[in-house]
Order: sequence, then C-alpha cells, then structure tokens
Amino acid sequence: MAGELSPGLILIVGALLVPFLRGRLRGAYMLALPVLAAWQLLSLPYGSFGGIEFLDMPLVTLRVDRLSFVFGLIFLMAAFLGIVYSLHLDDNVQHVAGLVYAGSAVGAVFAGDLVTLFIYWEGTAIASVFLIWARREERAYRAGLRYLVIQVGSGVLLLAGVIIQFRQTGSIAFDHLGTQTLAGVLIFLAFGIKCAFPLLHNWLQDAYPEATVTGTVMLSAFTTKLAVYALARGYAGTEILVPIGAAMAAFPIFYAVIENDLRRVLAYSLNNQLGFMVVGIGIGTELAINGTVAHAFCHILYKALLFMSMGAVLFRTGTVKGSELGGLYKSMPWTTGFCIVGAASISGFPLFSGFISKAMIITAAMDGGYFWTWIVLLFASAGVFHHSGIKIPYFAFFSHDSGKRCAEAPGNMLVAMAVTAGLCILIGVYPRPLYDILPYSVDFLPYTLEHVVTQLQLLMFSALAFTVLMRTGIYPPEMRRTNLDFDWVYRRLLRSAALAVGGLARDAWKEFTKVIKHAARGAAHVVAHHHGPDGIMARTWPTGVMAFWTTVMLAAYLILTYL
Amino acid sequence: MSGKPQAEGTQPERTYWLDDPRNVDRVVWTVYGVCALLLVIDVVIHKHGPFAIEHLFGFYGIFGFVACVGLVLAAKGLRVILARPEDYYGR
Repeated sequence: MAGELSPGLILIVGALLVPFLRGRLRGAYMLALPVLAAWQLLSLPYGSFGGIEFLDMPLVTLRVDRLSFVFGLIFLMAAFLGIVYSLHLDDNVQHVAGLVYAGSAVGAVFAGDLVTLFIYWEGTAIASVFLIWARREERAYRAGLRYLVIQVGSGVLLLAGVIIQFRQTGSIAFDHLGTQTLAGVLIFLAFGIKCAFPLLHNWLQDAYPEATVTGTVMLSAFTTKLAVYALARGYAGTEILVPIGAAMAAFPIFYAVIENDLRRVLAYSLNNQLGFMVVGIGIGTELAINGTVAHAFCHILYKALLFMSMGAVLFRTGTVKGSELGGLYKSMPWTTGFCIVGAASISGFPLFSGFISKAMIITAAMDGGYFWTWIVLLFASAGVFHHSGIKIPYFAFFSHDSGKRCAEAPGNMLVAMAVTAGLCILIGVYPRPLYDILPYSVDFLPYTLEHVVTQLQLLMFSALAFTVLMRTGIYPPEMRRTNLDFDWVYRRLLRSAALAVGGLARDAWKEFTKVIKHAARGAAHVVAHHHGPDGIMARTWPTGVMAFWTTVMLAAYLILTYL
Repeated sequence: MSGKPQAEGTQPERTYWLDDPRNVDRVVWTVYGVCALLLVIDVVIHKHGPFAIEHLFGFYGIFGFVACVGLVLAAKGLRVILARPEDYYGR
C-alpha cells in the first residue's frame, strides 16, 4: 500500500504534525516532507496505482506518466524552495496551508480520474486562501474572499462537467476531453478560470499581491501551472487555445507597464507567461507540448525567484510600490543580483532558463504557420523583458535613490533565492536533463547562432527603447494609482447593480406593504362597520320583530302554494 | 540598465559605481554599442523561418524597439482611462 501512496498525500498528511513542532525541528521536518515525496515519486514506475471504488466509480488516485512526472517533480522542487524561503516564519497557519496547498497540487497532477482531480482541485483552492488571509489585514481578507469564491466556482464547474461526463459516457477517466461535448466545455471553463484566461483572469492580479511575503511565492507556483497541466492533459491541440493564449500573452503587458505595486506587475507577467504555455497547448504538436511543459518548469522557478526578491523587499522595507522604492541595490546587493537572474530568465536571455523553453513554443508557432500568433508572441517577449526584465529590478533596486536603507534579506531567503537562481542558470546553460524528462523526445537545439542573435536583437533593442524613453522623460513615472481591470465589473459594476436591485426591491417591498396595509385597514373598517359594537350585525333584535318576519314568510309561502 | 545619478546624499556613505553619472552614461553607451553590433551580425546569420518578414535586415531589432515604444505609449494612454485613486475600491 505504501508503494501506492500519492506523493501529494505525504505533504498533506505530513502537514498535520507541523503545529506540534517548534524551531529548527519544525524547519527540518518541513524540508524533509517534499524530499520524502520526491523520493516516493522517483521510486514509482510509470503506471496507474491506488485504485479504489467510490460510489460505484473506479478511482485512480495515482497515475504516473511522462507528463505528470515533470509537473510533480517541479511542484515538489517549488514546495521545497518555498519552505526554505519561509523558514524564518513562526506562523503555523502559513506553514500548514503551504504544505496542504502544495500537496493538493501534487495530488491533482497525479490524479488519474476526474473525481480525484476535483477533490485535490478544491484542496488547492481552500488551502491556498489561508496564504492570503495570513496577511491579517482587511484588504487581504476581502481579496481572499473574492479569490475563494472564484476558485471554488472553478471547482463547481469542474464537478458539473464531471457529473455530466459520467452520466453520458459512464467514464470519469482524465484523458483527452475536447470541447465537443457540454461536459468538455464546462471542464474547459473550470480549467480556464484557474489558468487565468482573458476576462477570467482578475483573481490572480487581485489576490496574489495581497498574500503574505512567503505566501505569494507558493501561490505563484501551483494553481495556474496545475491548470496548464490539466489543459495539456485534456485539451492538447484544441485550436481555440491559440488565440486565447495569444490574448493572454499580450494584454497583461500593458497593465504591467503602468502598475505601481511591483508584486502586481509580476502577477500580470505571470499571466503573460501562461499565455505562451496556452498557445503551446493549442498548437498541440510534440514540439509545442514539450515547449509548454519545459516553459512551465522554468517559469515556476524564475517566477518564484522574482516573487522571492520582491517579497524580500517587502519584508525589509514594508512596501513594494515602485513609486516608493529605488536605490535598494546599496542595501540589498544579493537580492538585487538574484532578482536580475530571475529577470534575465523570464526575459529569455541566452544562458538563462526562459530562453531554452520559450524558443520551443515560438518555433512551434512558426512551424505551424501561425503568423499572427508568432507576431504577438514576439511582441509579448519584448514586452515581458520590458516590464519584468527591466522595470522590476530598475524601479526596486536602481532608479532614483529613495533613501531607504535596510538590512539584506534574511539568510534563509538568500539561500532559497541562491538555489533558485542557480537552477535558472543551470537549466539555461545545460538544458539537456530537462529536455530528457519532457513528454516527447526532444531534437530541438536552442543554441543556434540564429536563435541567439535574433533573441538578443529583440531584447537589446527593447532595452534600447527603455533607455531612450527614460532619458527623454517619455516613460510614464510610477504613480500611486489603482488601474481598472476586469475585476471592476464585479467589484464595482455588479456590486452597484446588486445594490441598486436591492434598493429597488426594498422600495418595492415598502410600497407593497403600504398597499397591503391600506387594503387591510379598509377591510378591517368594513368588518368593524358591520360587526363592530355599533355595526348592523351586532345589534340586538327584539323577539317581536322575529315573530313578525316569520309570519310574513309563512304568509308568502301559503300564497305561493295556492297560486 | 541605466541608473540616474543620486546627488543628494543625506549622510556620508559609501559611493557606489553607479552613483557617478559618467558610469551611467557608460552603461547607456554599452547598450547602444551592443545594439549596433547585433545589427552588424544580422547580415552574417542565415534565418530559416517560414515568414518572409523575418528575413528583412534587422527585423528582430526593429520589431523589439517599435514594439516597446508602442507598448509604453499605449500604456501611457491607457492610464488616462484606467487610472483611479489608490483607495478606489476601498471607498
């Protein structure tokens, strides 16, 4: 039985012991959990295990194949690095939530059927919200509530899809689903919400920047990449994903340029990177799927690294607003260096991880003849360098000196950043081990002169544009502003509409009760008139009158009889 | 990466390499130089892509520059429409 234990369960069950431990022992124990889970994963052969019967449905709680293996592995690596980054914390809520969240994500990746997937899917939603609430501020509480509603909504759609799928086909297997059936469409939407499709995306930019310093690092790794995995499993080659992904890659960039909260900038660029992966899934060729999986792998690392560096800034200075930062490289030189490694990786500089994975997706788009998608992805590549590659390190660590002087990040944060940065460079310099574990065999060569020069041109001329715009003063300054995004629809428009409808209903109810009261008063008056003390029905009648009327009636009866 | 000079130091502290405006200029000139070099190399490399536009001289460089300038100008314009006070949702 131990041989069939999902690696995810090791984290979830293991988390239960955390509240009983303290200090170094707790740290060591938490670090041991993902190591143990990874060991379990590496010891499992490819195949399906952990079959149980549930309500007459055969569940496959553990399926290991090439696709789930890569995602499971990177999730466990991210969990480990996230724990190192949070070792300084003495907050069991966050420690337990982080472990259960990571465990649920790992469990979901290894789910062989849709019901198991649903259970872990909701697990990620419920556990992760505590990483937002643990900020213990009103803003975070509200953002967490909105996040939870949307995440659970995704789960409800998934459940509805699964039920319809089961009734129609009798199968709950989690394989290719497609969008030809109603069930397929519902599950597609459920995945789409978690993957932050355009117009379904705002929970991400809303909630992630409100989470705790360490919580955002965890959040950035799992939820959306679980959705990427699920889409790759169920909807590879679904053509509609190409334009969806292209829109996702392009639109968030504009917001990233004008956003002031640097962790929110990273949330927008996270969305933009997901766009690349979704395009890859939509194209669906072996190269494209390999590119998507490789990009998810690299992305989890460099995005975590970027969130770690901004988290360290927030931890030390109490803010991550671009308008309040600048010149921090003097106080936090190591954090600056690690942030630049993350920035170079997300931008896809040669010798950094993003280069060897993004190139696969872009090449797949070219091979498939997707001209406009290719153009959009190039634009997105230039744009991501512009806002994540330059803007993030520039406004936090360079720019005008804010005068803020603080200590360098705590040791455990530096170790986490150093290891993550090392991995970003290692993968960039030597991608073969990653290529070897991708779903399909790889004969892609990232380091051709053509790739390197064209990518460097794209990036260096983007840097040139930034320099020119900065020096001419055209570049928009960082401002303390909220930028309206789609969440305005439910935070303002629908809220106002709901309040208006509520107000209208209250007024209508008032009118209605007024009318009813009036009618009731009228009726009461009539009743009182007839039955009241002076009413006609309440009078006492002398017996003589009764005898008189009886005689009249009898007389009438007599006359009628003889007529 | 270019950093702007920081003239007003409130307390005597270590001066950094980037504190000197001349060094910032050096960084900027390095960017110009690398861009020029990349354009020169563009003549030598052979591009294999299927799209004709990609084979134009310096396509990636020009595209990157135009895309970023367009991006920033568009975003600046968007700010006019989308920017609200920071406590917009809190009110």
